Amino acid sequence: MSATTPSTTERLLNPWVRRVFGAAALASLVALVVVGLFVAPPDAVQGDAQRIMYVHVPAAWIAYVAFGVTSITSLLYLWPRTRSLVWDRIAGASAELGVVFTGLTLVLGSIWGRPVWGVWWAWDARLVTTAVLFFLYVGYLALRRVPAATDVRAKRSAIAALIAFVDVPIVHFSVTWWRTLHQQGTVFNEKLDAEIHGTMALALWLGVLAFTVLYVYLLDLRYRLEALDEDRETRELDAAIADRVRGAVGVTS
Amino acid sequence: MSIWREAGIVAGKDLRIERRARVVSQQILPFGVIVLLLFAFALDPDRGVLRRVAPGLFWVTVLLSALLAISRSFGIESENAARDGLRLSGLDPSSVFLGKALALAVELAVFEVLLTAGIVVLFDVHLGAVVPLALAAVAATVGLAAAGTLYGVLAAGIRARETLVPVLMLPVVAPVLLGATRAWEASIDGATSDAWPWVGLLGVFAVLFVGIGMLAFGPLLEES
Repeated sequence: MSATTPSTTERLLNPWVRRVFGAAALASLVALVVVGLFVAPPDAVQGDAQRIMYVHVPAAWIAYVAFGVTSITSLLYLWPRTRSLVWDRIAGASAELGVVFTGLTLVLGSIWGRPVWGVWWAWDARLVTTAVLFFLYVGYLALRRVPAATDVRAKRSAIAALIAFVDVPIVHFSVTWWRTLHQQGTVFNEKLDAEIHGTMALALWLGVLAFTVLYVYLLDLRYRLEALDEDRETRELDAAIADRVRGAVGVTS
Repeated sequence: MSIWREAGIVAGKDLRIERRARVVSQQILPFGVIVLLLFAFALDPDRGVLRRVAPGLFWVTVLLSALLAISRSFGIESENAARDGLRLSGLDPSSVFLGKALALAVELAVFEVLLTAGIVVLFDVHLGAVVPLALAAVAATVGLAAAGTLYGVLAAGIRARETLVPVLMLPVVAPVLLGATRAWEASIDGATSDAWPWVGLLGVFAVLFVGIGMLAFGPLLEES
């Protein structure tokens, strides 16, 4: 592998497949906007605010998928037989998307909560767990930003990702316990799925589809960026070394 | 050499350094007491607010001070290439982990005892059921020490260590704060049966993080 041509592993999807994903993401997002905002009827109880669910639920879904992918790929990196920087890059790219979508979930939930619950934030178990989840992976991303040799950073990050993963059930458990021990019946109404109108269900599934396709597309873009970044670092290092060598030769001759 | 003897050597080393340098006793402990005073300034000390929220304030103070103790614990390894010495010592990384965690736990435990005296005196807290209270503190301390040692080594050798460890560690130890605070609240109220589930949770956290630490410390120490 020469320093000037990027290697083939630096690409997750081939460019043609990526373009298909990009187009599909755009098309399904447009369809989601149309169905979610215009076709689906307003909710009988919540009115138009309920439409936020068409993006809130898919965002939460993708956040879980993204962190799941980070955990699996981190494990694959740590496992000696499957150790490859490919897993490390996917883990990093996916965690970044996970943080974005978790943030989106929290913000959208908050916007929805204001008209429906009357508050921007409630100390509901699920909300608190999601917030902690968000910060767990913000920390992980901060660790990834620390300059270090690629394999050092990869191992460090993989271990941190797995600790975060192990911690999530404990956080969830403790927070649930906390809220249920002290406060009976939160503002959360669990009977939301009683009857869903046909086009409402369609909008929700469309949202899940659109966000999933978008996730794959963005993951690939982010992966490629990461790979190019590493490539640039290597090249700059090579150039610096070459410079140094030339300088040394100039001095001695 | 057994793993516990090796751990004892490492813990002994850390505690000896502390006995001579007195950073924990002369800097971190005063810091903790100052935080208690700050809480009293921030909240009204006359209306029983402090007494009601004392468990939470206590554990927040412990958590903040633990961050300093962790930073100190790995600060001493960064001087004079001590980390290389540790790597070359031939000690099992798991025992190094246990030793460093043990030293940290001992320091935190002493700190907590003194800070408890602080909340009894300053915040007028009556300790109530002492047994679950003490057990919760032990489990929480072990959990904090294990997680702290793990994140300490993870961030060792990183220049932004002091800022990175809090952002990495605080969300992870959120259940410890939650569990210890609830267990203490219940114990102080005398509702012992409410305290035990939280003590159990703290125990699970401690066991889990001691386990993870023993597994992960080797690879992390190698590369820091």
